[in-house]
Amino acid sequence: MVNCLTMIPEIGHFALIIAFCLAGLLALLPMIGLYHKNDVWMQAARPIALGQCFFILLSFMCLLYAFIHNDFSVAYVAGNSNAALPIFYKISAIWGGHEGSLLLWILIFSGWVFAVNVCSHQLPLVFVAKVFAVLGMIGFGFLLFLLTTSNPFARLLPNYSMDGNDLNPLLQDPGLIFHPPLLYMGYVGFSVPFAFAISVLWGNEQNMPWAKWMRPWVLSAFAFLTIGIALGSFWAYYELGWGGWWFWDPVENASFMPWLVSIALIHSLMVSDKRQLFQGWTLLLSIIVFVLSLLGTFLVRSGILTSVHAFATDPRRGIFLLEFLLVVAGSALLLYAIKGNKFSNPRKIDLFSREAMILFSTFLLIGGGASVLLGTIFPLIYDALTSQKISVGFPYFNAVFIPFMIPVLILIPLGPLSQWGPNSLKSMATKTGSLGALSIAFAFCVSLFSANPFSWGVSLGLGLGMWITLGTANFALIKIQKQGSIKRVSLGAWGMIFAHFGMAVLVIGITIVSNNEIEKEVEININQSVKLHDVEVVFKNLNTIEGPNYIGHKGHFQLEKNGQTISDLYPEKRIFVVQGSKMTETAIDPGLWRDIYIALADKLEKGKWSARIYYKPLVRWIWLGALLMAVGGFLAALGRRNTSKW
Amino acid sequence: MNSIQKRRLTFVIILSICSALAFFLVLLALKQNVNLFFTPTQLLQERVKTNQRIRIGGVVKKGSIVRTEGLKIRFVVTDLKAETVVYYTGILPDLFKEGQGVVAQGFLSDHTVFMADEILAKHDENYMPPEVANSLKK
Repeated sequence: MVNCLTMIPEIGHFALIIAFCLAGLLALLPMIGLYHKNDVWMQAARPIALGQCFFILLSFMCLLYAFIHNDFSVAYVAGNSNAALPIFYKISAIWGGHEGSLLLWILIFSGWVFAVNVCSHQLPLVFVAKVFAVLGMIGFGFLLFLLTTSNPFARLLPNYSMDGNDLNPLLQDPGLIFHPPLLYMGYVGFSVPFAFAISVLWGNEQNMPWAKWMRPWVLSAFAFLTIGIALGSFWAYYELGWGGWWFWDPVENASFMPWLVSIALIHSLMVSDKRQLFQGWTLLLSIIVFVLSLLGTFLVRSGILTSVHAFATDPRRGIFLLEFLLVVAGSALLLYAIKGNKFSNPRKIDLFSREAMILFSTFLLIGGGASVLLGTIFPLIYDALTSQKISVGFPYFNAVFIPFMIPVLILIPLGPLSQWGPNSLKSMATKTGSLGALSIAFAFCVSLFSANPFSWGVSLGLGLGMWITLGTANFALIKIQKQGSIKRVSLGAWGMIFAHFGMAVLVIGITIVSNNEIEKEVEININQSVKLHDVEVVFKNLNTIEGPNYIGHKGHFQLEKNGQTISDLYPEKRIFVVQGSKMTETAIDPGLWRDIYIALADKLEKGKWSARIYYKPLVRWIWLGALLMAVGGFLAALGRRNTSKW
Repeated sequence: MNSIQKRRLTFVIILSICSALAFFLVLLALKQNVNLFFTPTQLLQERVKTNQRIRIGGVVKKGSIVRTEGLKIRFVVTDLKAETVVYYTGILPDLFKEGQGVVAQGFLSDHTVFMADEILAKHDENYMPPEVANSLKK
């Protein structure tokens, strides 16, 4: 029995090899079936896809077993885990490093393949066969990558250490248990719309309702990616100890670009579905979103960019991923170049129509995404051309990205409140004029009467937030009136209302926290205090602490308002014993209207400590807004319009 | 040329003008926000303007960290050939340690003195910024 269990990493490795072979078959068999018009070969895709999912799951379970049972003879376990690590961090340590997170990538990919298998029974077989062939090719590429450059089951035999190197302390956090899987759910989920788009182009399916088929996949991948990004931002906020929620870091940008383009895709897809317009553009956008997801994987995993996420890496990995990216992007775009023009539609589009507004906002979203891409990879281009190292500062991103987004935000309520086809300027003005006037009045009033000096940025952000809120509320009311009751409003419409409202919440949150936050870096002694707005922060005392795998200090800060204690905060400074690294555990007094954020920094002379004490107004609205958008995405994905015709 | 082609042509022209304008503005913003990276040796050799925001990188010299007053700190960054004194006011990232790689952002005040306004932190304590690793190899 014992002998058998020590073999588990080998079983995992072997399962991966079988999954790799099955992925090859999945890519090949349906194609042969299509060529010979043989249904049996095409149908073979389903059991093969299931087999692939099973063996990948098995392999993942084997790695899980090795982590739980502290099998430090496996190099990856030894590098990322430790016997003293609590059990749930042992599980999340699976995706704490490169090999394991790639295996998670593939596991989630096979989860999506499984979902396609379950949900595609009503689609024509020739179409499904192509979808599976494309998914098979993607799986083949990634499994080849995993097996040749990043095998998580490689052994450290015969001389291995008795204890592991421990998980990076920053990653020992509940946020990290969920952040990568959700982010990957989004990233990888875009492989399904990609496979659909390729199959549509491949089979010249102009007359099939493919936009309807694709819609739930795009929406759910978008929703997962939204939660994943928001969780990452939240984690950075409370865990990194700088109190920032977005850094325009290359790795953040890598997930942000597909997110932006996926919003463009969702809207263009809706026009393709309802109006049979922009089909070519929709197909191109589906390709771009997945290529950007792959590019993101490449940027993160190659370690080519200086980033807070960068790990020491093996150059072979970067080269493989780059080649894979070029093959996928190249062949998909070539196919699009050959077949894409068959999907162009010469119908006239009026300038003041819902479809024109959607088209215009997709261009702006692409423009915003392209400017982020340029800023992200410019250091690479510059280095290649001049061999001079540079970095692009975050002012670039703010200066470039925000102008692209302002017209998008203005268009958000205009789209739903206008009609398909031509609208008269007059009817648009009567519908939205009072909402616009109200938003502007609101923005100026708030800016003028608040304690802070007047700011154009705050007025603009608040005005836009109000404009979207009022417009969306107005749309909801009209919709409810038209349908007769709340219950009859479709899930798709609710999804849109939630998502647009979430965007308003996000915009208001970002505006207020960026302009009105108070960040103090102080030296503070026991019984001294710092005043933040209306809250007095008093440093009460300091204790030493000892945890399962760390030692450190814990401060006690009391928050007082008008002489009354409102909360006690206990920020910590930990030193992790195995790696000897310092870690800041922040303490936050959360609230819908403001967070008080305290991070202990360093011990100075005479018992003083340096600390960051921040006042963050409306910071939670950022994640709340993202959550609303994700809810909107899920609601729309579940809408009956999508599922009835499967 | 029929009406559809004409409409398309105007559409394409307007779109290209807008894109060109946007591209120009983006490049302008990029030009203003690019921060060049230097090693202490390069700072000695090259003429770096004092009003230009740059990044420097190297290793924090052992025993060079001095807290002057409150949150003011001074340390030496070295690439084992040349040294630069860095002044910084504020809180240092957790992974800032002597003997470890560091990247600082700010302005040069002299060929060997640097006023940093940002010290960059990394996730991984064994991680060496690629620029620093390269400059140490040279």
